[in-house]
Amino acid sequence: MSITVKNVSLPRGKSWIDNTYVIPVFKGLMLTFRHLFKRKDVLRYPEEKKVLPPNYRGLHMLTRDDQGREKCVACEMCSTACPADCIRIVAGDGGWEDSREKHPVEFEIDELRCIFCGMCVEACPEDAIDMTDMHNLADYTREDFIYNKERLLGVYDEYIKRHPDHAKRRDGVFKKMMNSSYFTVSDVEKAKHGTGH
Amino acid sequence: MEALIPFIPYLMIPIMVIVYLSTVPIMIQVERKVSAWLQYRMGPNRVGPLGLLQPIADALKMLSKEDVIPNHVNKWLYIAAPALMVFPAFFVAGVIPLGVLTIAGQDVMLQIGHTNIGILYVLAISSIAVYSIAFGAWASNNKYSLLGGMRSAAQMMSYELPMGLSILGMIMLTGSLRLEEIVNFQMNSVWGIVWQPLGFLIFFTTAYAETNRLPFDLTEAEAELVAGYHTEYSSLKFGMYYLGEYCNMLTASFMVTILFLGGWHVPFLGSLNVDPFVKQLIQVGAMAFKVAFLMFTYVWVRWTLPRFRYDQLMNLGWKKLIPLALANVVITAVVMAF
Repeated sequence: MSITVKNVSLPRGKSWIDNTYVIPVFKGLMLTFRHLFKRKDVLRYPEEKKVLPPNYRGLHMLTRDDQGREKCVACEMCSTACPADCIRIVAGDGGWEDSREKHPVEFEIDELRCIFCGMCVEACPEDAIDMTDMHNLADYTREDFIYNKERLLGVYDEYIKRHPDHAKRRDGVFKKMMNSSYFTVSDVEKAKHGTGH
Repeated sequence: MEALIPFIPYLMIPIMVIVYLSTVPIMIQVERKVSAWLQYRMGPNRVGPLGLLQPIADALKMLSKEDVIPNHVNKWLYIAAPALMVFPAFFVAGVIPLGVLTIAGQDVMLQIGHTNIGILYVLAISSIAVYSIAFGAWASNNKYSLLGGMRSAAQMMSYELPMGLSILGMIMLTGSLRLEEIVNFQMNSVWGIVWQPLGFLIFFTTAYAETNRLPFDLTEAEAELVAGYHTEYSSLKFGMYYLGEYCNMLTASFMVTILFLGGWHVPFLGSLNVDPFVKQLIQVGAMAFKVAFLMFTYVWVRWTLPRFRYDQLMNLGWKKLIPLALANVVITAVVMAF
């Protein structure tokens, strides 16, 4: 293949005055000067915080039932669904005094391994594991990021104090998503006929 | 009061040092804040009220950092180079007049040295800065530093020519190299920018090139040369380069003000009915205002114009600015002759 040379002519101004660049530079300066006083599109973070949606996928929590016990039945659906393999559950018998057949003796989530995909929440048949809006996790050691059962229940207690109506809010969002016209009929038709996007 | 007059130049020495040294932290803050505002950001606002103590934090950081001298450097040149940057930057302050005061019936120039070569002195001393950059770049023994230093030397030398030529018109009109005479000439007629619009444009452009500021910051060109000539410098040695750069900017702003913006001249101040001493103080303030505006322009231009390519820089310098400056000199001479 031979080398082809393409001569690209520089864009020229309308008149020789434009080509001296004095007035264009001045125009440019005026443009940037106007931007000096525009609204600053920033959130002053520690003072102002963004309100996150109820279905935000932050730190996990283990929800409690009406008797204050964890809802979890240690079915291990979440740890099976987890693509990052960050959930470790040791199941145990409820015993005679406890009405539950099975419950987790140990429940650990390694938040450093977690990819916050939310598949554990989707997999859970008991709504026992859920996600909060807490995203600013900071600690000193790797071990501190392994959340055990007590800590995850503690996250629930803290979170429910701030959002007592969490379940209702979240369900509302999901319902809205289901009813929304995100997938239209024509989309489905197109997909059927293979002429989609 | 009259006994004070001979000591004014000596009093001006600490004043000029304070002016130069206090400009640097102010400019660090202005640079960061204005840069942020132009990009819809807030800028530093953590340290002190409104982030006003940020320059102090920056300076303390610079002081307390480890002073690394790499093994592969030419040690003596490496240490001498930053000092050589600061020395001319402060030395030029010696002839810059800040204004005039009437003390006991006598006009006293607020200036350290009353030399009759004023502007030549400024040009001569400020061009020593190129040695600092070239030495620093060479001593660092680093290819990026060397590239930056080489570019810088070429750039500063080629832009010194149009710079010298552009002020020639003003000197011909005034008939004096004294900076105070140049200001007096403008006070009695109109500002230099009206006499010499082309000279002003060329001087203004070359001032940016001489101080290595955008759009002529090829010496640093962080996208391609890491940091150019000061790549290997850390701690206060880097701080010295920083200080020198801002001092050079201040000197350049002073020169633009004195040569083309009427120095401490305030239009229509003569018709104002106030005490002459107050008037003179207003004039000093006007000088400060003009210089401050020019310093702001440095930051403003930085976020408006992109960096020149090396060949574009050389083209502009040698093929455009020098012929234009020469033409300006010839035209001025012809007009003055008739």
